[in-house]
Amino acid sequence: MSEPHSLASLVRPSRTSPITKLSGLLEPHRLILLALFIAGLVAAILLMDWSWLPRYLPKLWEGLQITLIMLFSSVVVGFLFALPLGLAQVSGVWPLRWLATGFCTVIRGTPLLLQLWLFYFGLGALFGQFPEIRDSWAWDYLRQAWPYGFIALTVSFAAYQGEIMRGAFAGVPHGELEAAEAFGMSRLKVFTRVWFPRALHRALPTLTGEIILQLKSTPLVATITVMDLYAVITQVRQTTYLTYEPLLFLVAVYLCLSGILIVGLRWLENRVPH
Amino acid sequence: MTTIFDLSLLAFEPPGWGKVLLVGFLRSIELAAGGYLLGILIGIFGATGKLYGNKVVRDLLEIYTMVIRAVPELVLMLLFYYVGTDLLSRASTAMGFGSVNIDGLTAGILVIGLVQGGYATEVIRGAILAIPRGQIEAAHAFGMPPSKVLRRVTLPAMTPHALPGMANLWMIATKDTALLAVIGFSELTLVTRQAAGATQSYIMFFLAAGVLYLALTLVSNLALRRFERYARRGLVSAR
Repeated sequence: MSEPHSLASLVRPSRTSPITKLSGLLEPHRLILLALFIAGLVAAILLMDWSWLPRYLPKLWEGLQITLIMLFSSVVVGFLFALPLGLAQVSGVWPLRWLATGFCTVIRGTPLLLQLWLFYFGLGALFGQFPEIRDSWAWDYLRQAWPYGFIALTVSFAAYQGEIMRGAFAGVPHGELEAAEAFGMSRLKVFTRVWFPRALHRALPTLTGEIILQLKSTPLVATITVMDLYAVITQVRQTTYLTYEPLLFLVAVYLCLSGILIVGLRWLENRVPH
Repeated sequence: MTTIFDLSLLAFEPPGWGKVLLVGFLRSIELAAGGYLLGILIGIFGATGKLYGNKVVRDLLEIYTMVIRAVPELVLMLLFYYVGTDLLSRASTAMGFGSVNIDGLTAGILVIGLVQGGYATEVIRGAILAIPRGQIEAAHAFGMPPSKVLRRVTLPAMTPHALPGMANLWMIATKDTALLAVIGFSELTLVTRQAAGATQSYIMFFLAAGVLYLALTLVSNLALRRFERYARRGLVSAR
């Protein structure tokens, strides 16, 4: 058992975990737990107030879409930024190396909520002071909230994934790179044919965990008025004064999302040849 | 640019907001430290329960860690905070004590601790599994009762294995305290936002708070690394 160095490894449930084995569900104590769970579910449906749900269903659907768009766009763009960040930390000349290391340290050392508010309240107010920006085409976007949320999430994902890519680039065995050089490959070809694919391969198993962590960061954008799933639920709570129902619904939705993501990403991961 | 970086606003005395920020910073550290310690406690019980408990305990703990890892911290904190205070006040009214007001600091520590506990359970479980089996078996063979085995052998032997993960968790605890700002705890992030809103110099205040968080991260990183070196002193280096 290797040491759990990062949270990413924690988010991946171990393959021997008893709950993921469907055949294990039929043991007597699990049947009782399952029956209790179903009884609790039925009681929750019958005894609690769910009259708000049909009314808010279209809004919740829109919120879910925004959550997913935020998640996937920030993961894709953040990953593209993570590659140079990781590479610069391993092999860059010293100004680049320091910049990349400093960027990752600062972003990973401060709360995402603070960064988000710095971007939205700080930069947002600053941009508004310049007439050049106010008159430009970019102002249509800059006066909305979602670009700031997207930027903060992307920067955060790039920093965390950049750190992982640093380890992945550094972890490719030196002999493989030397072998490639011995074949007379140019430095660029060594990178595109050996170093980069091998590093990517090493970083892939942690990606599932990082994406789940990113999903768990998305509700923060609700604090800057982006109407994601969490923001819709907050609205429900404020208009209906219900304590339990909206929060439990939200927990259930996030559980399902995480479950679907884990299963889907593991399926993708298994398609990559080892 | 003077309007953006008016450093006199950071002065310690009342026209400046320095004191407010520092008090918020201390509050954040208190919340993080309390939550972290509670998390370790939950983690030790959770890990021993997962490894040595009976089937029902193991399944329940599996569900606990799964929910903690799959649901956003912000949502968990809201759930623990509102549901917890609601249940507590209902219970105390039912028992005739009247409504109770749960102290903000205690509530925050409980909320952070419950989240941390889920991760700590996994870290400590992995660390216990990394102990050579013979060490624990030897302790049993000497006739030590299980609680003594835990205290004398398992916990000290698993510490060096748990430290990298636990150091990671401390970093997460300090950053997770910022989420309490959304619920309305006046820790560093929330007082920073109030100061920034009152003075309209958002960038400077958020950067100042960022410096404080970063300083905390870097200093504790240094301390944790020294402690890790101390805890690993008897182990053969893996690299």
